[in-house]
Amino acid sequence: MTARERIAGNVAGYVDDRTGAAKWMKKNLTKVFPDHWSFLLGEICLYSFIILLASGTFLTFWFDPSQREVIYDGGYAPLSGLKMSAAYASTLHLSFEVRGGLLMRQIHHWAALIFMVGIVVHLLRVFFTGAFRKPREFNWIIGVGLLTLGIVEGFLGYSLPDDLLSGTGIRIAEAIIQALPVVGSYIAFFAFGGAFPGEAFIPRIYTVHVLLLPGIFLALITVHLMLVWYQKHTQFPGPGRTEKNVVGYPLMPAYMAKAGGFFFIVFGVTAFLGAVASINPIWLYGPYTPGQVSAGSQPDWYMGWLDGLVRMAPPLETHALGHTISWNILIPGLILPGIMFTLLALYPFIESWATGDKREHHLLDRPRNAPNRTALGAMALTFTLVGLINGGNDILSTTFHLTINQMMWFSRIAIFVLPPIAFVITKRICLSLQRADRELVLHGRETGRLVRLPHGEFVEVHEPISPEKAWTLTAHEQLAPLELPEYDAAGVRRPGLLKNKIRNRISRANAVAVPKVTESERKEIEHGH
Amino acid sequence: MSTEIEPIKDPGLPAHIHRRADEDEKYAKRAERQVAILFMLSAFGTLLLIVSYIFIPGDKFIFVPILGSTNAAQLFLGLGMAMALFFIGAGAIHWAKNLMPDNEMVAERHEFRSSDEDREEFVKTVKAGAGAAGLGRRPLIKRTLGVALGLSGLTPLLLLRDLGPLPKEDLQKTSWKAGTRLVTDPGNRPILASDLEVGAVAQTLPELAAGEERTLNDIGKDAVLLIRLRPEDFNLDAERLSWTHEGIIAFSKICSHMGCAVALYEQQTKHLLCPCHQSTFDVTRAAKVIFGPAARPLPQLAITVDADGYLVAKAPFSEPVGPSFWERSS
Repeated sequence: MTARERIAGNVAGYVDDRTGAAKWMKKNLTKVFPDHWSFLLGEICLYSFIILLASGTFLTFWFDPSQREVIYDGGYAPLSGLKMSAAYASTLHLSFEVRGGLLMRQIHHWAALIFMVGIVVHLLRVFFTGAFRKPREFNWIIGVGLLTLGIVEGFLGYSLPDDLLSGTGIRIAEAIIQALPVVGSYIAFFAFGGAFPGEAFIPRIYTVHVLLLPGIFLALITVHLMLVWYQKHTQFPGPGRTEKNVVGYPLMPAYMAKAGGFFFIVFGVTAFLGAVASINPIWLYGPYTPGQVSAGSQPDWYMGWLDGLVRMAPPLETHALGHTISWNILIPGLILPGIMFTLLALYPFIESWATGDKREHHLLDRPRNAPNRTALGAMALTFTLVGLINGGNDILSTTFHLTINQMMWFSRIAIFVLPPIAFVITKRICLSLQRADRELVLHGRETGRLVRLPHGEFVEVHEPISPEKAWTLTAHEQLAPLELPEYDAAGVRRPGLLKNKIRNRISRANAVAVPKVTESERKEIEHGH
Repeated sequence: MSTEIEPIKDPGLPAHIHRRADEDEKYAKRAERQVAILFMLSAFGTLLLIVSYIFIPGDKFIFVPILGSTNAAQLFLGLGMAMALFFIGAGAIHWAKNLMPDNEMVAERHEFRSSDEDREEFVKTVKAGAGAAGLGRRPLIKRTLGVALGLSGLTPLLLLRDLGPLPKEDLQKTSWKAGTRLVTDPGNRPILASDLEVGAVAQTLPELAAGEERTLNDIGKDAVLLIRLRPEDFNLDAERLSWTHEGIIAFSKICSHMGCAVALYEQQTKHLLCPCHQSTFDVTRAAKVIFGPAARPLPQLAITVDADGYLVAKAPFSEPVGPSFWERSS
């Protein structure tokens, strides 16, 4: 035994004597994680969260979250002598006088964008591969919670500097609060400590941004990861992979080195972006005043789809009995997003209700093998994208020399028309891909080699694919549709008839598939040749 | 030919393929050197950061292609930091991929469901515990506990009441009164009708009495746009026309949709456009909404001139300005 091994042994012994951790550690240090590039997406979120905590802490040392009015006398000459809030002035100080301050601000903002992109792409991966199915529904809901909080946290974060752009964003948020029926103006006055903009809002959202929400994030992320750990990661189908096992690399040492290394890669890339890619140059916008606004005001992208929905809303307001209800704000600003996030959170339960599938799933679906789910996802994504496009309608109009009216009418029609089209096309593509898989397994892959037969016919030689590949392409199961009978065994009409009919209908749509190849079929073809 | 349906079989885990570094010490040595080089690049990054921190002055700007004029200190601090971090990661991953064992391992999964026995025991324990507490047998305790818990939930609501004052008349009223002079923003100078040429736009605010301070809250309600057209361009009813003065018309600048400043005026079409959500208002028809999500015209301020010829408000706004709210009556 070398001296080093002896020391390691002693440390481990010391810890185990006091915690009894050896058994747990032994088991978990060799825990197996399956490998796939798409499993890194969640990791990117985790790492950018850590970067956000670190860079955010740095920023708090100089940032002054106050709307107290000051006269600017700092290093940025164009704003010299202007009245502004202490929040804005301290952000200028951070950007121009603190060494590395601008770098940290940009790293923080880029990390926030990466965090949100990571969450959305991770969510799409989990959705399209069916990783949310039993037993992982809790984690799906936590994930939807993290997405929602992330949008709020990001919005509060870029609102803090109190520049003209972000102040306009707060103004819009205030209008949404104010539009709430009955309690709107009261909640707005409580939130802002009086009329808009007041002097209370920035200090208040600062506490929420740096303490309350990060605390909730930390708690939710911890539970999210503990569940991943405890339930073991899902895996893609492949040779040797079943619902009963997990194939991959042990945590110690390779996975630990890869994951740890990946943290530094994410941090490095974020730092590079912070160094070379200017983001949110608040000194160009000027301090906030409610009487001004700049053309081309845009929220960050994760708010953009909401803004786009607000922009395309028809001018509907109800005035009755001395009261006003602003449908043009409530529908796109609160009701639609409320419905969308609720449906998103409930999706695992909706799907299992429709398929009647209550079993555990640890093998992922290839998206093409769940055409209905994939098409639904494409539909929701198209809806959101049309919203996002309309959120930038002013920029797009000027870039492509369109009128704002053309852009807006395109979006108003597209938001209804494109999502169903996306559903149909995606479902067709999925079924075509299934057909292509079937071809591949049955007839092998095209080699590009043409052979002339003795009687003059030209054929292309096909080569059979490997048994591993054939298995991967056929490992999924194809569920038969639920056929809930109209009458039960005793001949009595079952209750909830309409509900059952709907369920049958959805389940039939879900079960549409190109039959996968069986060994018998393959053999038949071989004999035929 | 068999008629039995036989699914394709799982061929099982493919055989492990060794890497070159596993079999040839020469390649292993080479990978080791590569990892060392990556780590040294990281160290070089930190060195670059230190040197930049000490030697590049904070106000030095340099021209970089694509980026344009860039603060040199911030750029090199960032590049140094990016290198330092990135290459630690690259080194660690290269090390893991080439030199650490890459044998795939198989671990078993276990169903999460506990055995029926355990589940029964669990239910029994819960029932026994609840029974021991006697919640079911003592409804008085159950109900009073419910009341106490429910009421205690009011505490935070009550204590949060002082977050702000009640809205009262605040959303309904602005500072404009009959006779208030319109002054330029910025500058606070009163305006003569002749100061505005046809086609001109001016942002104005109510004149402050001596000793008064203007807050952002005031601007958020009081900002008014003055626009001068030819009087024959208007398409207004008699009342609204009487609110204008020699072709000068005044509107609240706060959008009736979500409160942004309606800042874009198109002289040719005489349209006002809100840059936030593109609501478009026709100035000639008392800011009627002709496009976009806004549901109401911008409130018009009745103006005239005082004895000295300066523009003044003829009356306060006839309706609340800014976005809608529940208590708004029209």
